[in-house]
Amino acid sequence: MTSRSQEPTYLTMTTPEASHPEFNLEYAAAPESTPPVPIEEENRLYINGEWVAPNNGEWFTTYNPATAQALARVAQGSEVDIDRAVLAATNAAAEWAAWPGSERAKVLFRVARVLAERAREFAVLETMDGGKPIKESRDFDLPQASAHFFYYAGWADKLVYAFGGQKHQPRGVVAQIIPWNFPLLMAAWKLAPALATGNTVVLKPAETTSLSALALVRVLEEAGVPPGVVNVVTGPGETGAALVNHPGVQKIAFTGSTAVGKEIQRATAARPVGLTLELGGKAANIVFEDAALDQAVEGVINGIFFNQGHVCSAGSRLLVQESIADHFIERLKARMATLRVGDPLDKNTDIGAINSPQQLEKIKTLVAAGVTEGADLYQSEVSLPTEGWFYPPSIFTNVALSHRVAQEEIFGPVLSILTFRTAEEAIEKANNTAYGLSAGVWTEKGSRILWMADRLRAGVVWANTFNRFDPTSPFGGVKESGFGREGGRAGLAPYVQLGAMWGES
Amino acid sequence: MSLAAYEAHLPSLSGRVRAVTPVDEVGLVERAASFATRSIKAESKAAALDLVVRCIDLTTLEGTDTPQKVRALCAKALQGDPFLSRVPPVAAVCVYPALVGVAATELAGSTVKVASVAGSFPAGLGPLSVRLEEIRLAVAEGADEIDIVLNRAAFLAGDYGRAFDEIVAAKEAAESAHLKVILETGELGSYDQIRRASMLAMSAGADFIKTSTGKIGTSATPPTALCMAEAIRDHAEVSGEMIGLKLAGGIRSAKAAWQYLVLIQETLGAAWLDPNYLRFGASSLLNDVLMQMARQASGRYQRPTDFSAD
Repeated sequence: MTSRSQEPTYLTMTTPEASHPEFNLEYAAAPESTPPVPIEEENRLYINGEWVAPNNGEWFTTYNPATAQALARVAQGSEVDIDRAVLAATNAAAEWAAWPGSERAKVLFRVARVLAERAREFAVLETMDGGKPIKESRDFDLPQASAHFFYYAGWADKLVYAFGGQKHQPRGVVAQIIPWNFPLLMAAWKLAPALATGNTVVLKPAETTSLSALALVRVLEEAGVPPGVVNVVTGPGETGAALVNHPGVQKIAFTGSTAVGKEIQRATAARPVGLTLELGGKAANIVFEDAALDQAVEGVINGIFFNQGHVCSAGSRLLVQESIADHFIERLKARMATLRVGDPLDKNTDIGAINSPQQLEKIKTLVAAGVTEGADLYQSEVSLPTEGWFYPPSIFTNVALSHRVAQEEIFGPVLSILTFRTAEEAIEKANNTAYGLSAGVWTEKGSRILWMADRLRAGVVWANTFNRFDPTSPFGGVKESGFGREGGRAGLAPYVQLGAMWGES
Repeated sequence: MSLAAYEAHLPSLSGRVRAVTPVDEVGLVERAASFATRSIKAESKAAALDLVVRCIDLTTLEGTDTPQKVRALCAKALQGDPFLSRVPPVAAVCVYPALVGVAATELAGSTVKVASVAGSFPAGLGPLSVRLEEIRLAVAEGADEIDIVLNRAAFLAGDYGRAFDEIVAAKEAAESAHLKVILETGELGSYDQIRRASMLAMSAGADFIKTSTGKIGTSATPPTALCMAEAIRDHAEVSGEMIGLKLAGGIRSAKAAWQYLVLIQETLGAAWLDPNYLRFGASSLLNDVLMQMARQASGRYQRPTDFSAD
């Protein structure tokens, strides 16, 4: 007999049929464990390949948005630190630019590989510092970050083919200021093309999410990026301002709010400095009556609730054809009921924590304004965690174009729903915004997709999908969403001087 | 009947939306994959294993099936494993019409239903009168459930009216037996067609819609299940009827089965997590579930050979 017959005792597991007439699967808390993630108590500045304390001795605290607990202290870079960083980048520039492209490629390929290998560790860190659900940092941020390095590594020794045979030179010292919504991925978007083209960099991460950029620096070091080629100065907006105003900088790449983007443009007026801005958005997701409705519901959900709506390209305005509006909104509500809001480290979590109390306040203020202005607010019934900064998935119906919630970027899980009757009206409403970053069109009619794409004033138009990114595809805005492109071959252009001498712009 | 004429026949959703909405493959596949990332509570898992067993249509559909083979399968259906007590009986045993009598005798007095394929399974291209007669004979022999195939020839030729009418006739022939309509999704060519065929079968009177015969390479997949579940939800919204979903072929592991449970719960709701509305047409799935049950009970995995082959 087998050992099984000697132990006929495991008889207690199932419940009899009658006891669960209505069965309901419950999802387990499946949190990623945090111990393998090294978070240092004190995070210094990275200048010229060294970890240095801030000149003025000031530090600030970074928090875990899901718990509101302090995670670590981060150095607050001052003007002096920025000056040192720019000097280091300047000194490293000539040698790095002289590296054969194939050697720079090797380094970047290594970065891509290490990021992929250490993806779990980085994903947990990103989620702890930023609040996004682990399933997004694991399945989106990390693979995309790695893919960006991989993609631009491929260009590093083929730049001559990128610009139609024109002579090209790196710009020199590049200032890069990145936002808090995709901290690591935005660092990758900025660093990969800059390094592939032979520039040196001073990177300023967002104040609330500095840790993954600092962790990335260790990977760059390990991969063989020489000292001074990448420098990271952490700090608040003033640190960024000092970097922008530094005369040693030849190019500025900024991703963030439109208000700050405008300040930067003012500050750089009449200076020989290249500038690209990737700013806010108020994207329209346009659903026609002939669309694949279930997938459109999914796309609208993903469009606005991805990363708690902290996405500059978020589909924060739904334009739905009036003939299907009631039905579609009911479906949206039903789908919202299945969204799980909570611990971002839990693999079952769909919507994580709001990045900061300031952002939470901003969302609350704008939602209150929407209610005051007469739009109807619907929030799915979710029990939010008692600690940390959370906001429930929300939609506004009966929104008018004149409402603030139809015009202002909320940057949270709040969708404003408007209706339209004809394609012309959809275009008019979609374009009736100061922004122009992205848009989505949902229809089964191919010719209508092309007709719409021709008329939408947006840098990116997605057809029957939303928030889909790829390193090979240029991304950027028009109007107050900024200018310049990141990703693809177009993403190389801002980082080179074509057929010109150094310093010219 | 033309497509337009046929669809005009169907009640529209919420009064205004077309009954058969288009399906975008990319979005469907992506959504279907997302269910697999849900992590289920350990206690829920135990109950899920139990549910999976209760939803199995233990199936043998081979040219070599003999009475003895069917008797063995019926014994397995009643008692999945002699060492694990409280393994519930499966939902049904599914056989060819010639073996319905054997199964009915073996299962008499139990909760396990006798299901029979009928209607010139698996192609469905016998003369209609013969197909209907086969259904009547299977019912007379003791079948509680009849699995027929959609007339794909009519459906793909655009003769929706004929495909529809044949199901209506089959339903009539089956009398009180439950009618499951196999769409053979792997032969329909697109998810749009799967959605359309689902709506057609349900409005013609199917009690269950079923993915596949198991006789071609492609059988149940998560996107197919999602596509059909969405059609079932639409049908329920219009008619108030809860139509069942039978996933057949290709589901061999307990893990795959409970990922389908997640898909159904999030698409149709927990009310569908019930043998009256959900079936797994499978043969090897049962032993994998039993193996998981044994592991949950003892903390160790058994050898595959520790479980009876049938």
